[in-house]
Amino acid sequence: MHVLTSLLEESEFMADFEPRIVAFCCNWCSYAGADGAGVARLQMPTNFRIIRTMCSARVDPEFVLRAFSKGADGVIVLGCHPADCHYIGGNYRARRRIALLRMVLEQYGFDPKRLKLEWVSASEGEKFQKTIVEFVDTIKALGPTPLVKGDE
Amino acid sequence: MTKSALVIGGGIAGIQASLDLADRDIHVYLVEKDPTIGGKMCRLDKTFPTNDCSACILSPKMADCAGHPNVTVLSYSEVVKVDGEAGDFKVTVKKKPRYVNMSSCTGCGDCVKACVLGGEKAKIPDEFEYGLVNRGAIYIPHAQAVPRVALIDAEHCLMISKGKCGKKCEKACMKGAINFDDKETEEVIEVGSIIAAAGFQLWDAGIATEYGYGRFDNVVTSMEYERMMCASGPDHGHIKCPSNKEDPKKIAYIQCCGSRSEKKGWKKYCSSVCCTYAAKQAIITKEHSDVQEDIFFMDIRSYGKEFEAYIKRAESQYKINMHRGARVSHIEEDPVTKQLTVNYTDKDGNAVGAVYDLVVLSIGLNPPADAENLSKVLGVNLNEYGFCETSVFKPLETSRPGILVSGAFSAPKDIPTTVAESSGAAAKAGSYIVDENFVPCAPKEYPAEKDVVGKPVRIGVWVCECGINIGATVNVPEVAKYAETLPNVVYSTSTMYACAQDCLQAISEAISTYDLTRVVVASCTPRTHEPLFRVACREGGLNPYLFNMANIRDQCSWIHMHEPEAATKKAKDLVRMAIAKAALLEPLQGSKIPVTSAAAVIGGGITGMTTALDIAAQNIPVHLVEKEGQLGGQALKFRHKEDGVDTQEFIKELIDKVNNNKLITVHLNAEIKDLPGFVGNFKLQLMDGTDEAVGAVILAIGAPAYQPTEYNYGTDAKVKTNIEVENEIADGKFNAQDVAFIQCVGSRNDKVSYCSRVCCTSSLRNAIAIKLANPTANVTIFHKDIRSYGFREEMYRKACEVGVRFLRYDEAAPLPAYDGSTVTAFDETLGADVSVPVDCVVLANGIAPAREEKEVIAKMLKIPISKDGFYFEAHQKLRPVDFATEGVYVAGLAHWPKHMDECIAQGSGAASRALTVISKEFLTSEGIVASVNEDYCDGCGVCEGCCDYKAITIVETDNGLKSNVNAGLCKGCGCCVASCPSGAMEQKGFKNSQIIAEVDACLDFPVGGE
Repeated sequence: MHVLTSLLEESEFMADFEPRIVAFCCNWCSYAGADGAGVARLQMPTNFRIIRTMCSARVDPEFVLRAFSKGADGVIVLGCHPADCHYIGGNYRARRRIALLRMVLEQYGFDPKRLKLEWVSASEGEKFQKTIVEFVDTIKALGPTPLVKGDE
Repeated sequence: MTKSALVIGGGIAGIQASLDLADRDIHVYLVEKDPTIGGKMCRLDKTFPTNDCSACILSPKMADCAGHPNVTVLSYSEVVKVDGEAGDFKVTVKKKPRYVNMSSCTGCGDCVKACVLGGEKAKIPDEFEYGLVNRGAIYIPHAQAVPRVALIDAEHCLMISKGKCGKKCEKACMKGAINFDDKETEEVIEVGSIIAAAGFQLWDAGIATEYGYGRFDNVVTSMEYERMMCASGPDHGHIKCPSNKEDPKKIAYIQCCGSRSEKKGWKKYCSSVCCTYAAKQAIITKEHSDVQEDIFFMDIRSYGKEFEAYIKRAESQYKINMHRGARVSHIEEDPVTKQLTVNYTDKDGNAVGAVYDLVVLSIGLNPPADAENLSKVLGVNLNEYGFCETSVFKPLETSRPGILVSGAFSAPKDIPTTVAESSGAAAKAGSYIVDENFVPCAPKEYPAEKDVVGKPVRIGVWVCECGINIGATVNVPEVAKYAETLPNVVYSTSTMYACAQDCLQAISEAISTYDLTRVVVASCTPRTHEPLFRVACREGGLNPYLFNMANIRDQCSWIHMHEPEAATKKAKDLVRMAIAKAALLEPLQGSKIPVTSAAAVIGGGITGMTTALDIAAQNIPVHLVEKEGQLGGQALKFRHKEDGVDTQEFIKELIDKVNNNKLITVHLNAEIKDLPGFVGNFKLQLMDGTDEAVGAVILAIGAPAYQPTEYNYGTDAKVKTNIEVENEIADGKFNAQDVAFIQCVGSRNDKVSYCSRVCCTSSLRNAIAIKLANPTANVTIFHKDIRSYGFREEMYRKACEVGVRFLRYDEAAPLPAYDGSTVTAFDETLGADVSVPVDCVVLANGIAPAREEKEVIAKMLKIPISKDGFYFEAHQKLRPVDFATEGVYVAGLAHWPKHMDECIAQGSGAASRALTVISKEFLTSEGIVASVNEDYCDGCGVCEGCCDYKAITIVETDNGLKSNVNAGLCKGCGCCVASCPSGAMEQKGFKNSQIIAEVDACLDFPVGGE
């Protein structure tokens, strides 16, 4: 069982807190945008790891919950801009799912800000960078995941 | 022997033509004079009217071209000689020296950094950025270049020109790719047909001395502005005034710069695209920041699909100021502030000088720089404007048989028109190659795949240094060593360049040497390199889906350059995640879908007949379905001549060709009952009992003329439509003395917001004919804008010359008043009501979409209809005749109002797209499709509802309702999988277990592993 605690008190190690973030990127826009950030050598914190899916609509709520249950401090889902989805309307479905998921997370004591959805097009390396930097800052401000591993 | 085809020009036109031919199993040589393909489009920031990112939609097509087994890209090459004739050309191609070995260069850029002329001190203007930045003597044209290899500018290279510089680039290149002794070479290729897609060049803005381009810092051309706006441009998309690098507060766009003028050096024609691209630039700029923007123009020419709505949006939503009928006389610069005064005449006739921080000149399109030389080499004629000569009834054909033309080389035009034309040219080019002896390009043969099911997982890992691109930041040997400690890994190594031929071969060999059942490469991005490594796996006898990639360059070393330790830890994590997923990968096969080699063309007008003939020309049967009792459609009513050819004669000839073609079955008076099926396997079912299997359906059902209710049309004998007047003129029965044409009847109003595109030209043509027959006739055209785009501008000029009067009425005002003897409207220029007596009122009635008729077929084929009531294609820019539903295509007025030449070109385009499907025996679907585990499926139907491709149906089985995935329709997005409440749905290659394994591998270990 996982035991959830309320917000962590400010503590010494908060300053050194390096969050672990899982980023789900769709193949066509946001993953390409992340590549674009690389091509432009835009620097950003190392706290995130990208998992590629073909469409943001492939991101099963289960993946997000799994990441949080395994101790992720934040999860970000990145998709194509509205109307630009490679698969017609997958990003709209992702938007609905993430909106619901944020409510669910809140019920479990997670600040919904720990789950973010953002649109990054294939040409927006800079937006990718900005999004990551801001999200890392957000999670740093929120502190480590409220989840504390109890006995499994 | 089956010949190849040759495409000249690697812009979007040449790319589309090449891909269509290659997908129809014809080998293509794509010759591009520049070092990279992509042309002008890859320099654009966004594209109108969808504001799509240009690079994002073009790059995949560029990569597709480069990697297509049937396309040979000859970049940095030129055609210098064409011998022979249609079906049997011998073409000499000159390859310019790059001084860099293309097969060993990896595009790492180490040489670029080493060049003594590069870096901070670079002085050579960068062609790709239009000189906004400088480059060194050795350079890679741009980040997305295809091929992405370096080349040396011999003119500036100190080593080549002066024999001294220390060969810095040669020393920096770890691949030994630099070759200072490279020479120009020539090769002769044999081709059956040629497509000239040479594109255009930009008008030289320096000619407009009155606008101060080149003298005033803050006057830029629209193309430079594209680069300034673009995220990948020199300023990363931050728009700044060139003089002081500050944000502009006020921007002016000046239209018709270089177009629609008889001034020396200017062009008489309209460049067709500038109105809409200026609106786009203004909209995008507004999205960047709050800037005052003013567009100065004569007429706004938003005639294309949904362009009118786009312009309206620019005006109302983005608050961009539109200065109608305002030609800017000149611009002055404040020598101190570098601000610009734009001098123009406002609509009240006052001379106004307004101050701006930045002025963007909407420069027009010229024939390509080498048009004259190319026309001589190809032996084709140019027209009076220097573009490739074509005619209305043969818009894709040059004066020399076997040589086709597409895109802006024949006239200025936008991207969707170019794409449709290029597909069309591919269909025509294919007809010179496909005969009874045609042998399609054979698919590549690979060794038999080894059986891995049930066998132990044995993973081989290659970690790439990418020269210093990864290695300088990430400790690659350490990562490779770490990988070796992970479960299932039996082999792990670091490599200098994983993508180089030697490593690819090593991967293929290691599959048998180490009995590998999975391969993982940690290097760059799967978006560009996965296909390459998958091929290496296939070469080694491993199913390509047993390969996985970790992106440790673009998404690691390049973005964490100053944190080597953290980047190395991250690289380890990414490799561990890739290995965890790889262990669970399964061999996949795309399913083979049989294809019926036949097409149904719905609609027997000019468009449909063209499509049918182009498909039949490649030996494939066609069913041509016409609801009326005869072929010909709307054009049967046309009586005018085009390029000296009578429209009726042309139609008669076309109908004869169709009727005499043994492969075309014409169904007259036909009503469609249903069109069930999917790509490759449709049924054409007619009410008369016809039931034919076809592989593709082309919708060319046209659109009727708008039936006017205005001006007592039908009861007042003086009031006629353009077509009626055209017929009276042709029959010599037109005898009115005082004639008023009223534009935009049934278009651009509250009910029908779009522009019908063709009415301005129809009125101009009739007005000129009336004046020529009777110079004393008083002819007035009441209009909002005159939209005689392209070379049609000549008709506008001619109408003015013969004395046709033009009265512009306010765009927002109701239609001009008519009292039975006079037509009255408020003249914006005079600022007063003007009445003209009339004995004939000609209504320029637009084109109605006939939505109801379209909806019937749309429901059968599950295809969308746009808000204006026309069919809605897969992508407005790059897939103008396709639908998201594969195997269904659209052309002609069913897509949007357009002229005959455009209908014909689009008809050929739809034929080409259909040919890429119906010329094959089988289609192979993508391997990563959805699949159902029926044991878990309750048949709830959630998945069915969320599939945008209608690939899922709920079927009745012995065990109750179950979901069923049609692999032929599934695109592999995985949306249904995430929606399935019972876990029955899976996506192959992206299974829940595989993605979860990645999540766990990421988080179950401390950062960087143990």
